[in-house]
Amino acid sequence: MTAAPRPWALLAELTHGCPLHCPYCSNPLELVRRARELSTAEWTEVMRQAGELGVVHTHLSGGEPLLRGDLAEIVTAAESAGIYTQLVTSGVGLDGARLTTLTAAGLRSVQLSLQHADPAASDRIAGHRSYAAKERAAALVRAAGLPLGINVVLHRDNLDALDAVIQRGLDWGADRIELANTQFYGWALRNRDVLLPTRDQLDRARDTVQRWRDRLGGATDLVWVVPDYFDGVAKPCMGGWGAVSLTVAPDGTVLPCPAAASLPDLDPPNVRDHSLEWAWDHSGAFNRYRGEEWMREPCRTCSRRAADFGGCRCQAYALTGDAARTDPACALSPDHGVIRALTTGTGRPGGAGDPAPTGGYAYRKPGG
Amino acid sequence: MTGPGPGPAPAGWRPALSPAVSLRHDRVRDADLLVLPERVVVLRGSAAKILGLCDGDRDLDTIVAELRSRFPGAPVAEDVPAFLDRMRTQGWVR
Repeated sequence: MTAAPRPWALLAELTHGCPLHCPYCSNPLELVRRARELSTAEWTEVMRQAGELGVVHTHLSGGEPLLRGDLAEIVTAAESAGIYTQLVTSGVGLDGARLTTLTAAGLRSVQLSLQHADPAASDRIAGHRSYAAKERAAALVRAAGLPLGINVVLHRDNLDALDAVIQRGLDWGADRIELANTQFYGWALRNRDVLLPTRDQLDRARDTVQRWRDRLGGATDLVWVVPDYFDGVAKPCMGGWGAVSLTVAPDGTVLPCPAAASLPDLDPPNVRDHSLEWAWDHSGAFNRYRGEEWMREPCRTCSRRAADFGGCRCQAYALTGDAARTDPACALSPDHGVIRALTTGTGRPGGAGDPAPTGGYAYRKPGG
Repeated sequence: MTGPGPGPAPAGWRPALSPAVSLRHDRVRDADLLVLPERVVVLRGSAAKILGLCDGDRDLDTIVAELRSRFPGAPVAEDVPAFLDRMRTQGWVR
């Protein structure tokens, strides 16, 4: 067996704590409590090891990473290890002094979440009055000269406002607007019935994105994260299991992807017990779905297997109870009917063509 | 093109890496990289040597002259301005 390629990217989930309670959050239902989080020294060591392992890029994420009082020290540790840092934030808690400290520590880039173009709707979806803080944060990031990305998770409640959402991102000076159709893990899976859009909504949204792309001519990057439930094509999840990136959860659990904590028998390693290198190269968790050996039919002989890697293991588990099956998002999966039933009306409350009710969310909260 | 592209390079252009971009040498892979907010670009050939001179102080002529003295015989005068213009179109150099 040849050695696994070195990972390029680290998703550092610094905390599961968050002032927002977004119903589409992909964090696990069992959130890590603050007392179990890695210390400053432990994150510093994670960054050092990540740099040695070949990581060149880290997303400092959560939860809300600004809740960590030692965030600047963690940025410094990453920068010292030769790792480019991007802060992934709700914007809540980002004032001028904080940003100055982070920039001085070496922060390179900021990705800001937005829930809706309308302030009241954004606050309602987030379950927290946060729109004004986001607007301020965007202005601060621009004033600091850092690249700004805006990430909007799309679902039934905001897809029809996509025009205004893109306009808001441009008003705020975004270099990049990521329009991320909801991926159904963790809290999002629990809220799937109220989040799942209609096919008509998605068709209109695609047209909107194309119109804006034509108008912008590449001046602002518009990224469309595909709604895999609707496309009949599995997403190339994480660029392959244990192939491109790794995640360290708030308590030090090392995962091939942020959703993999949901797999019950994965037995993932922890940085408190093992080095990142060992976790990447030798742990059972990282080797289980690496490459193609684990694949069954129809993936094993499929011409798409090198393009989509069999899709998403966590989605296969969530929808079939078996993480080694073909991702049901793929039209070739024997389980694709599970997805079809959800996206064509059968088995769906109200049916796919009905006007979308909004709200009724189970908001993400610790112990919730 | 339908949109507002960056337009032609200004006279007296002093190329500088965009603040979004970090030029790094990757010791693990022995490769030169451009690291951006959401992606990593692996540089080939002399790309990193050219970009390393884009400090916002040197103008295009100075960069070409320095590279010509370091790489005698290479088609520096044609290739370097074209390469930097592509980098500018990508938004990585400005």
